[in-house]
Amino acid sequence: MNLTYLIEGIYLVASILFILGLKGLSHPDTARRGMIQAACGMGAAIVGTLFRPEILHGNYLWIVIGLVVGSAIGIPISRVPMTAMPQRTALSHAFGALAASLVGIAEYIIHRPEITSRQPGHGNVENGALALEVMLGSLTVTGSLIAAAKLQELMRGTPIMFKGQQALNLVLFVTMVGSFVLWMIHPASSVYFYTMAGCAFAFGVMLVIPIGAADMPVVMSLLNSYAGLSSAATGFVLHNNVLIIAGTLDGFSGFILSILMCRAMNRSITNVLFGGFGAVTGTDTGSTEGTMREVTLDDVAVQLAYASSVVIVPGYGMATAQAQHAARELGNVLEERGISVKYAIHPVAGRMPGHMNVLLAEANVPYSSLYEMEQINPEMPTVDVAVVVGANDVVNPDARDNPKSPIAGMPIIEVDRAKSVVVLKRGKGKGFSGLENPLFFKPVTGMLYGDAKSTLTALAQAVQKV
Amino acid sequence: MNLMALDPMALIVSVFMFAQAGGGADTNTAASSQTLVLIASLYVFALAAFLGYQLISRVPPLLHTPLMSATNAISGISLIGSLVIAGSKHQGDHALLASVLGCAAVTSAMINVTGGFLITDRMLKMFHKKEPVKVAENKVEGKQ
Repeated sequence: MNLTYLIEGIYLVASILFILGLKGLSHPDTARRGMIQAACGMGAAIVGTLFRPEILHGNYLWIVIGLVVGSAIGIPISRVPMTAMPQRTALSHAFGALAASLVGIAEYIIHRPEITSRQPGHGNVENGALALEVMLGSLTVTGSLIAAAKLQELMRGTPIMFKGQQALNLVLFVTMVGSFVLWMIHPASSVYFYTMAGCAFAFGVMLVIPIGAADMPVVMSLLNSYAGLSSAATGFVLHNNVLIIAGTLDGFSGFILSILMCRAMNRSITNVLFGGFGAVTGTDTGSTEGTMREVTLDDVAVQLAYASSVVIVPGYGMATAQAQHAARELGNVLEERGISVKYAIHPVAGRMPGHMNVLLAEANVPYSSLYEMEQINPEMPTVDVAVVVGANDVVNPDARDNPKSPIAGMPIIEVDRAKSVVVLKRGKGKGFSGLENPLFFKPVTGMLYGDAKSTLTALAQAVQKV
Repeated sequence: MNLMALDPMALIVSVFMFAQAGGGADTNTAASSQTLVLIASLYVFALAAFLGYQLISRVPPLLHTPLMSATNAISGISLIGSLVIAGSKHQGDHALLASVLGCAAVTSAMINVTGGFLITDRMLKMFHKKEPVKVAENKVEGKQ
């Protein structure tokens, strides 16, 4: 009994350390220390759990296998290049949710006799939490795997739509929720339980396939939230507070991030999930008169060399071209000439929240040079050259000027207000969403075509020669 | 930065944790004590949700990717549920199945714990302030 209290005490300390860890993340200077605290909390909780009476009287074989295999997979996964962060994160949502959903299924298998013999009306909340855990967990597993496949380009990133999709989704959803309710009424009928789990797996797939890769920041945050909530539900099933606390923190973090991402695109979550956004084929491209002005590398180099302030606006194109180091190189060359260089980052640039910040930090850009959209926009009119590296929709002035545009109302980085704009772009094609971008046709804009990485490297060299 | 406002919150959460620890000692005896446990759990949930909201709103967009991987690692705490299932002695027809499911759950939770904390630390290591003397190191890492 004393041991039980000791373990509960360890769980309490772990919960506090987790909270301190997240508190540390409010500033880059304290973040690492916070994470070390959280990791200590995790270590203590794991060691404490190993001394629980159930395990002391059981055996450690399966535990050791799980811990060893898990570490053997987890450690190499933590070494992925930073450009692969979105995929890795999607995968880790899948693993987290898988753990929760497997615990739920195992709990059901173990406690089935007990659940069956319960008097009606008893244990409803536990059963509800168990079902919720398995349902949320299962749909997050498959949803995250699809998201990871799209991000890794194992699947095409454009929305996958087919006839009768909405009807099929509705049938799946109704069957899933129906089985949930029926199982709550008849907890002894495992057929309902497994139907629910099966439908949830299928529903997870259906939920993510119609979502375009450009909307991934929202989907990632939402899946993060579901994975957390299914962990929290596990806590209710097992009457374990540290699980509830950690799961809820994770759930709410994902929830808040998805709200922030939606706000940054001026869209609702339902619109992202059921809108099939990337399928828009540029129907409304009214304001695209004029021609694109192509500029040469040497012109741009001269322009940059004699500027006094330069803003670099990265987008997903920078990640695909692995151009973050080259961008930093150009930034360095400019700063050596006494030019002020700032990096302007849109909240939904890239494929997950904070994607661009991490890439630029990897390239050794100090975080004091990274500016948020709200910080940089008022300064835009005084900026001599804005260099857009592989960003498109986040600098599309149509979002501000054309109320009919599909992205109308989305806040943008207003590069078109700068004295001049240089857009680095792979080719003349449209952006990911298929929208025409009037920025490219403005008189202030010069288009510089080519691979972002080699263009930036060449620019850095050319500036040095000016 | 109004970080002080957070501390009373942590305190309240801890008080309810104690309440729960006391109530949780004798589960499975009477329905009424189960109800108490449940109410305590709901309190913990609601307070954790509120605290989570306060904490996460203070995280700057700069750190949103590390935040996501950090919360992922932290929610790997479901490992402790998996450990109990993998390590307990089960009875009945499905005893082996339960252990295997538990083992798989331990594996996937452990992937998140090790992978999550290591990669978060790796990312956070990269965030640094402007160095006073600029070093023009043209270190283009040829990583993939």
